[in-house]
Amino acid sequence: MLKIKQSVRDAMIRLAKAESPIEACGYLAGIDGEARLLIPMTNVDHSPEHFSFAPEEQFNALKQARDAGLRLNAVFHSHPATPARMSAEDIRLAHDPDMVYIIVSLMEAEPVIRGYRMEGRQPVEIMLEITEDA
Amino acid sequence: MKLFINGQEETVSLEEASIAELLSHKRVEMPEMVSVEYNGRFLRRDEYERIRVKDGDRIEFLYFMGGGSN
Repeated sequence: MLKIKQSVRDAMIRLAKAESPIEACGYLAGIDGEARLLIPMTNVDHSPEHFSFAPEEQFNALKQARDAGLRLNAVFHSHPATPARMSAEDIRLAHDPDMVYIIVSLMEAEPVIRGYRMEGRQPVEIMLEITEDA
Repeated sequence: MKLFINGQEETVSLEEASIAELLSHKRVEMPEMVSVEYNGRFLRRDEYERIRVKDGDRIEFLYFMGGGSN
């Protein structure tokens, strides 16, 4: 399970809508199994069907999280027109065993958010619990 | 030797290991999917075999992140 602060969930949805039809993406940083900070990342593919991060920007995000006393614990991207499931390409490119992979789907009127961990080469859906901000 | 790996101090029993060997030691199965910063410098992949780590070095590594909706 991963807990996500309500403000972080809302920020993911805002970013996904703002970037649509391009896929939005970013890291979530947190502590104690809870994501507390969204770090938006540039989708260097600028595509409605693909995303990727620039490595240099990834290291900047790592330092931003660490400076805040947090660690990167999830990566999210949006699916502007498809469901919140890991696509074949998502699975093929998901290699970090410590990361939760979150997908925000805008396919329906109400955004849908799901999270996955990779077990071997298989994605396994995990529970996401939205927590209130202090 | 002591290394700082992803911000954590670790004692590693690898003398003069290459970055590639260190990634293998850290159970990174696909090093081509990993980006490495070595003492604050972003490495090219062709440097992973050549650069040898030494006591006190700082190594950060992050997995490539990408995907698609189809």
